[in-house]
Amino acid sequence: MTEAVTIEARNAVKAFGQGDHVVRALDDVSIQIRKGEFFTLLGPSGCGKTTLLRLIAGFEMPTSGTILLDGADITDLPPNRRPVNTVFQSYALFPHLTVAENVGFGLTMQGRPKAEVKARVDQMLALVKLEPMAGRKTSQLSGGQQQRVALARALAPQPKVLLLDEPLSALDLKLRKEMQVELKRLQTETGITFIFVTHDQEEALTMSDRIGVMSAGKLQQVGSPKEIYTRPVNRFVASFIGETNFLPATVVPGGVKLSTGDVVEVATAAQGTVTLTVRPEQVRIVGAGEAGAIAARVKFNVYFGTDTHCHMALADGTEVVARVQSPASGEAGVVEGTDVGIRFAPGAAQVLED
Amino acid sequence: MSAAEDRLTRQSARNGWLLSAPALVLLMVAAIGPLVIIIIYSFLTPGQYGNVVWDFSLDGWVSILFTRDIFDGTLGLADAHLTIFWRSVSLSIMTTVVAFALGFPTAWFIATRPARQRAMWLFLITIPFWTNLLIRTFAIMEVIRAEGVLNTALLWAGIIETPLAIIYTDVAVLIGMAYVYLPLMVLPLFAAIDRFDMRLLEAGYDLYASRWQVLRRVILPIVKPGIVAGSILVFIPSLGAYVTPRVLGGGKNMMIGNFIELQFLAGRNWPLGAALSVTLLVIVTAALLIYVRAANRGSNPHG
Ligand SMILES: Nc1ncnc2c1ncn2[C@@H]1O[C@H](COP(=O)(O)OP(=O)(O)O)[C@@H](O)[C@H]1O
Ligand SMILES: [Mg+2]
Repeated sequence: MTEAVTIEARNAVKAFGQGDHVVRALDDVSIQIRKGEFFTLLGPSGCGKTTLLRLIAGFEMPTSGTILLDGADITDLPPNRRPVNTVFQSYALFPHLTVAENVGFGLTMQGRPKAEVKARVDQMLALVKLEPMAGRKTSQLSGGQQQRVALARALAPQPKVLLLDEPLSALDLKLRKEMQVELKRLQTETGITFIFVTHDQEEALTMSDRIGVMSAGKLQQVGSPKEIYTRPVNRFVASFIGETNFLPATVVPGGVKLSTGDVVEVATAAQGTVTLTVRPEQVRIVGAGEAGAIAARVKFNVYFGTDTHCHMALADGTEVVARVQSPASGEAGVVEGTDVGIRFAPGAAQVLED
Repeated sequence: MSAAEDRLTRQSARNGWLLSAPALVLLMVAAIGPLVIIIIYSFLTPGQYGNVVWDFSLDGWVSILFTRDIFDGTLGLADAHLTIFWRSVSLSIMTTVVAFALGFPTAWFIATRPARQRAMWLFLITIPFWTNLLIRTFAIMEVIRAEGVLNTALLWAGIIETPLAIIYTDVAVLIGMAYVYLPLMVLPLFAAIDRFDMRLLEAGYDLYASRWQVLRRVILPIVKPGIVAGSILVFIPSLGAYVTPRVLGGGKNMMIGNFIELQFLAGRNWPLGAALSVTLLVIVTAALLIYVRAANRGSNPHG
């Protein structure tokens, strides 16, 4: 390992409830988060993202397993003794304090001198561009401004790790895009490790250095956005992130044989029945009967502006979607009902074990 | 604005006054009327067998703080009266503090129960109100008297050797008043805590506050309207309390309420009683003004 690990969870299990109603919100999760990276926990609602964040923040004790910070076991430390701060989904700003007092709260509680608190608060307000609002009550701010206050408040004590639980989900689309850029900027400028939670795969892909994909309390895959997108380790990851085609296949020497009988050259160590996955943009449409192409028939096209999704059926009815550039005006493009051939871009197809 | 509109506005304003007339009349008769009578009586001369003689006199007011020497007629400070005032104010403040110390955890407990159980707990809190105040006060007496429940239990447990002499002391009055007025503290506190966003607790802990700091810096400032309301609701009736100090104080530890009663009945000095009543009103008003102002300043250090 070359890069320093800031937060680590080892075999973290968190079970809620008793008897017959036990929910394993986290099921043996081990994860290492590197110093200074923008790490995103991605997964559908209820998969345990918040629970993992709460274990790291200290609001929740793991049923078993340990949480480490810079190599030291912090599993039993209460939240106020962990150099970790949270941006809450509801913001949870203190309604009785002004913007500046909110931002300075953590520093004051740490017992920093007044002058230092003031200097740091000014600096943080400048960072999130809220200096004119310093004296306002938080109830007088818009949603986006409250969000910035929450960020400034959590960043002010210079935590080792900043936890963000779906901080953008309450914002409308435009503000959301703005805040995505803003968050990325803040992370770069402060150099603080961010652990960001979202169920939005596009948000995860655009913002993160690395992504951890979760499902049903388990960590499915950890990797860079590109790795996650191009080399999903299982069907869940492949389908949750982006769109993809799944083709039933069996392993044969040198590749896999599709249900149509066509053989696709692909490297795999798997055996027996597998699933071949390939992203729509990696599917090339060629002339019918071209050597090595798989025969297909165009069923219908869905127009997306720059791109068009071309839905096709293979000889045995298996559906395949190709994403092609929309034809220039005047050109016909791929006409519905015609026979075509398809090829997969070299290295694009991937075998998933069932 | 046109003349017609102007007339309409005036007319609706007049109608508004007319509509609120019954309430205003009631207010005059029920609140201001008696107050005016009391103020007038305080400037009259006591009659032989109670009542008043319609001769102007300041004696009622003077004797609040001073007594006339029976031999040479010089005025001296009435220590006994000052003691009663002081006891009333200090016991009322202590009652408010004790009611808060017991009422806050109680209100917090109720507000953090599941919604279905809350109604039940609030209902239990109000049960003492179902019984007459006198009976409740005698019940407290039964608990704290020398052979009462409390002493018997403590003796039996071996914590004390001789019974605690609580009854007929200021402590007895304090216990009684705190018990009687506790619900008045709990209910507004509950209303405030019920509105409190519990997620702020985690925000506080997350930002390095200890449990005590979260209480001091987050919870108390936010539920302060409830604290102010509860304190006022407990302090005012405490200051004018009459039954509780009479029964548990045993007649010798008087509070203003008892002292006023004494003037109107046994003392046959209605002007003094009236002047004392007005004084009580002034003390309450002054205490409230000071308290509310202090509470507001606390919440707004920059303004
Ligand atoms: N305090 C709790 N008590 C009982 N079950 C809980 C509690 N917190 C979370 N869960 C359950 O744990 C699972 C994971 O929840 P959560 O971590 O909030 O998911 P996510 O944030 O990914 O949506 C869910 O099934 C949820 O119902
Ligand atoms: Mg969540």
